Amino acid sequence: MEAIIKHEGLVYPLNRANVDTDQIIPKQFLKRIERQGFGQFLFYNWRFYEDGTPRDDFSLNNPKYEGASILVGGENFGCGSSREHAPWAIQDYGFKVVIAPSFADIFYNNCVKNGILPIQLTSEETQAMIKKAEETNYTLSVDLPEQTVKDENGWHATFDIPSYQKEMLLNGWDEIAVTLTFEEKINAFENSKA
Amino acid sequence: MAQPKTIIDKIWEQHVVHQEENKPDLLYIDLHLIHEVTSPQAFEGLRMSNRNVRRPENTYATMDHNVPTRERHIIKDAVSKKQMETLKDNCTEFNIPLADIHHPDQGIVHVIGPELGLTQPGKTIVCGDSHTSTHGAFGALAFGIGTSEVEHVLATQSLWQETPKTLQVHVNGELGTGVTSKDLILAIIAKYGVRFGSGYVMEYTGDAIHSLSMEERMTICNMSIEAGARAGLISPDNITVDYLKGKRHVPGGAAFDEAAAEWLNLATDEGAQYDAVVEIDANEVEPQVTWGTNPSQCVPVNGSVPNPADYDNPNDKDEVERALIYMDLEPEQAIQSIPIEHVFIGSCTNSRLSDLRKAADIVKGKQVSGDIQALVVPGSQSVKDAAEKEGLDVIFKTAGFEWRDAGCSMCLAMNDDIVPPGERCASTSNRNFEGRQGNGARTHLVSPEMAAAAAIEGYFVDVRKFTAAVGG
Repeated sequence: MEAIIKHEGLVYPLNRANVDTDQIIPKQFLKRIERQGFGQFLFYNWRFYEDGTPRDDFSLNNPKYEGASILVGGENFGCGSSREHAPWAIQDYGFKVVIAPSFADIFYNNCVKNGILPIQLTSEETQAMIKKAEETNYTLSVDLPEQTVKDENGWHATFDIPSYQKEMLLNGWDEIAVTLTFEEKINAFENSKA
Repeated sequence: MAQPKTIIDKIWEQHVVHQEENKPDLLYIDLHLIHEVTSPQAFEGLRMSNRNVRRPENTYATMDHNVPTRERHIIKDAVSKKQMETLKDNCTEFNIPLADIHHPDQGIVHVIGPELGLTQPGKTIVCGDSHTSTHGAFGALAFGIGTSEVEHVLATQSLWQETPKTLQVHVNGELGTGVTSKDLILAIIAKYGVRFGSGYVMEYTGDAIHSLSMEERMTICNMSIEAGARAGLISPDNITVDYLKGKRHVPGGAAFDEAAAEWLNLATDEGAQYDAVVEIDANEVEPQVTWGTNPSQCVPVNGSVPNPADYDNPNDKDEVERALIYMDLEPEQAIQSIPIEHVFIGSCTNSRLSDLRKAADIVKGKQVSGDIQALVVPGSQSVKDAAEKEGLDVIFKTAGFEWRDAGCSMCLAMNDDIVPPGERCASTSNRNFEGRQGNGARTHLVSPEMAAAAAIEGYFVDVRKFTAAVGG
C-alpha cells in the first residue's frame, strides 16, 4: 500500500447525502477478478448514458474538475454494500482524499486499507468547501501528521483520525505482515479454545 | 456481583487475541464465509505474498451473487463464469469447503450459514458482504468486511477492530396480523434514518423481538446495515436453541445441551448499559412500502409519497426531489395508486421457507395481474427442495410466477435477472438504491406478503385486505 503523508489537489464537490457504493461502482462491474482498472466505471450510471456517452448533467464530466484528487461528499458517504471495488474505483480515477461529514463504517475501513485518506469534517465545513469548489477552482492541502486541511485563502480545519489508521496510512503498511508478528498470540488463543 | 454485560461485550471479551492502548483489539474470527464476488482479489493477494489460508476448516464458500437462476448448466456470461471458476480453483488450491453452483447445499451465503448450523450463538462471523449482519439473529457477532479484510482473515483468522459502541433497539408491544418483521425493520429505519446505527453494534430487544421465529429475526438483523450498523444481533433464547438442534454442524447429544447452556448464558444481563437506546412500539407498525431511493424513504401502505415542499432543509428537500424524479412519482401520490411491472420474492432478507409459505398463502388460487413478471427465487437449494415437497412451487407456478433456482438474483441483478430501465418492481430485498435492480430500475421494498398481494392486484395494496384482518 502506498503511504500518504501530505497531499495538495483540486477539489471535486459532490453535494449529495447517502451516496451508496452501488452508485460509486455499479454491480455490472463487480465481475472482474482484478483490483485494477475500476476508475473508468466510477459513478458510471451518473456519468454515462446507456450507450456510454457522457452525461452533461453530472458534474464530474465538467472539464473544470479534470485532475481533481480530493472528493468532498455529503453525509453517510459510501453507505450500502461492502464492495471494496468502490474505493478501488475512487483511487484508480485519481482521488487520494475523500472528505465528508460522515462515512459508512465499512467504506471508511476500505479506504484506509487502500491508502485513501478519509477525512471527517463538520457539515458546515464541507458545505463551505462544496460551495467554493462549485464556484471556483478550489484546491486544498491536506497534512496527515498535523491533521489539518488548508485552502489558499488561509482557511483551515483540523480533523480527528484514530491513531491506528493514521499510522497505517503514514507508513503504507502491509497490515497482514503487522498482524503476523502476533502469530504466537493467535496460536496461543487457538490452543486455549481447543 | 459482577458488572452486568451486554451480549456484545461478552462475545468481544471471549475473542480478544491481543489488546494494547491506543490500538484496536486483535479479534479472533470463528467463521469466515466466502462468495465469488469479493474474494478473488484476496486470494490473489495471498498468492502474491506467498501466504496460506490459516484455517480452511473455519472457512466456507458458496456461489450466490452471480449465479443464473435457470438453466444453470449454461453460464452465458463469460466474465461471470470466470469469476465462479476462479472461486472453485481458489477453494481447491487452499482446501476450503465449497458449495458450488451444482451442489445441493448451494444458496445465498446468509441463508445457508444458519441452515447448515455453521452460524451459532457467540461466534464471530465475517464475510465480504454487508448483509453478514443477518447471522446476528443467532446472537453471533457478525459483520461485513471489504476484500482487504477478507485477505487478512484468510491469512490470520483475525481482524483489528475498535471496541464497538453498543446501541439498544428496544421494540415494545407486538406486531399486528399481516404485519411482518420486514415491516418492523423498515419502520425502524423510516423512523431513525439510514445512519443512526453508524459506529454501533445494535442489539434488538423486547418481547416483540423474542416472540419472532428465527427466520423473522434474520430479516431484521439482515437490514441492520441499512441503518448504518455493521452488526445487529439478538440475544439467544429457547427459540434459538430449538432452531439449531439437529443442524448438520451443530453438536449432538450431551454436547448439544452443554452448548445450549453456554448460548443462553450469552444473553445480555439484566441491567446492562448500552451507549445509546432507541425505541419503537410494534403495535403502531403497519405494512410498509418504500417510495424513494434509500430504505428510510418509506411509509405505511395506506400513506402517500411526501411533498418536497414540506422540507425546510434545502439538502433534504433536494434529496426527496431527486428521489421522486428517479422513481417517477408525484408529490403526495397515494402508495396504493402505484402500478408495478415486476415482483421479486427472494434475497438474503426474505427467501426462506417461511417467507415463501406466507407469500404462497396470499397467491393460492389467484392469478398474477396482467403481464407482470413475478419471480420467486428461493434462498437456497434446500429451501427450494423443502418448498417443492410442500407443493409451494405448484401454487406459485399456477398463479403465474416463475420458480427459479437459488441465488441473489434480482436483489442486485448481477446475473440475468434484471429489471429494465424505467420499470417498477415490488421487491422483498433490502436496497432500493438507484440502479440496484438494473440501470434505471425503480425498486419498492416490501414484505413477501405485500409483494405477493401486489403481484395479484397489479399495484400496492394493504395485504390485510387479503387476510381480512383490517380492523379486527
